[in-house]
Amino acid sequence: MNELPTDPALLLGYPRSDGRKGIRNVVAVAYLVECAHHVAREIVAQFAPRLAETDDDGAAVAEADFDEINVHDAAPDVHLIGFPGCYPNAYAQKMLSRIATHPNVGAVLFVSLGCESMDKHHLVELVRESGRPVEVLTIQETGGTRSTIARGVEWVRRARRTLGAMRPVPMRLDELIVGTVCGGSDSTSGITANPAVGRAFDAMIERGAACVFEETGELVGCEYHMKSRAARPELGDAIVACVEKAARYYTIMGHGSFAVGNADGGLTTQEEKSLGAYAKSGASPIVGIVKPGDIPPTGGLYLLDVVPDGEPRFGFPNISDNAEIGELIACGCHLILFTTGRGSVVGSAVSPVVKVCANPATYRNLSGDMDIDAGRILEGRASLDDVGREIFDVTVALGRGARSKSEMLGHQEFILTYKAFEPIGPGCLPIASVSPVRVIA
Amino acid sequence: MTLDPRLLLLSADDNCLIAASTLAAGTVLEIEGEAVALASTIALGHKLARRALAAGDKVLRYGAPIGHVTRAVAKGEHLHTHNLESDYLPTYTFDAGHAYVGRDET
Repeated sequence: MNELPTDPALLLGYPRSDGRKGIRNVVAVAYLVECAHHVAREIVAQFAPRLAETDDDGAAVAEADFDEINVHDAAPDVHLIGFPGCYPNAYAQKMLSRIATHPNVGAVLFVSLGCESMDKHHLVELVRESGRPVEVLTIQETGGTRSTIARGVEWVRRARRTLGAMRPVPMRLDELIVGTVCGGSDSTSGITANPAVGRAFDAMIERGAACVFEETGELVGCEYHMKSRAARPELGDAIVACVEKAARYYTIMGHGSFAVGNADGGLTTQEEKSLGAYAKSGASPIVGIVKPGDIPPTGGLYLLDVVPDGEPRFGFPNISDNAEIGELIACGCHLILFTTGRGSVVGSAVSPVVKVCANPATYRNLSGDMDIDAGRILEGRASLDDVGREIFDVTVALGRGARSKSEMLGHQEFILTYKAFEPIGPGCLPIASVSPVRVIA
Repeated sequence: MTLDPRLLLLSADDNCLIAASTLAAGTVLEIEGEAVALASTIALGHKLARRALAAGDKVLRYGAPIGHVTRAVAKGEHLHTHNLESDYLPTYTFDAGHAYVGRDET
């Protein structure tokens, strides 16, 4: 893929005080307990974009607010995030801290009931120190549902005007962090979309970007191959330990490994199945392991360890794809490449999701939701390199302000639940020697 | 060397190819510059040998080993559960993969 553009300052980003840049300028409204969810959702609903109206054949009869609009020319999006739990959880606190100060976020409104455990004062202080507009509304002190919604809508309106006056500046590819996840996989995922994302990752990493892959539970059997790709010996050992932890955790959860349906689809062995998911990581050296909320300090390929530490306490590591997407975003990912065979339609709050469809039949059925038709590899209409190049180009286009399909459809799923992690071990991260752009306080 | 468009090569190092659609028995494919007639039907997503393999040879897919063949396999032959076995133990075990490494080193 050598004919890809070499100009590194391809993207447009909003500069933040920590040195990072965001490819979006979102107003985040965050509920701090389920009891504040409705009020927060009602505030966000006042700013929800209208979807395109379509006739029975799916043709647009009225333009959506979003259609064909470059984000830099539109009013800032308002997204809903939050945590439903009342009891304290260090992981959830860290996740909300990182997402509230994510470079794609320009302003934050916290909505509190008043008696929940989340440390809202710490959150507000962090966001204020970052220079972003921030407010916290406590429902019990604001006169209840109606008056809190009214105050919130008024605050978001002002924040949108402030953010709307900002102009993006040139942003380099080595300032970009891209995550990948797969969901709704089928027998085509491992032969089209996943290896194509791997090729795109290699091209981005070559140009200095940080790329993050995860799902250690689906990498069982790949750990010694991953170890061979580790940039440092101690990192290789940490990768093996990370996959062992995942295998044990999923066994206790009663989560299966190799299924009969896998063999019908042409997969013969456990390691082969795992390699299908692993193919998303490409062929670059693995330079580090991060846990949710850890931000890659340099460019290169990172493994995100999503499996909790210690004895299983809160159930499945991630109950649905958006839990993993949220964790990638907490690690600073500006954009998520989501591969799917059977056809997922989700997007996300904060960072755009690009849908890479592995199966050509699924693409025909769900083309309104899919950004990239990787299944055409199976029909002889493209090579893996062609699709890898297209994924790279779409990533750059989104990094310049174009919208993904899920963004245009108004998808902004978000889910955050209880987990527990120990800090990452020694040797997991490379030393950030030159690039100060991702140094986070 | 151009690859038959009905087949996928996921990595240059691989010794298996993937059927990009279901290929009926008798279909003549070009594999590594040689015409090979399929002895059996190969379904979409299934593997066939890119070259002749001897019993015990590792099968590489994505450039990584996915197991070994349990008997000699002809070029173009279907590679699946009847002739390909995991190196990662029956499916996998929780001995940290030591058995896998042990086998790999012998």
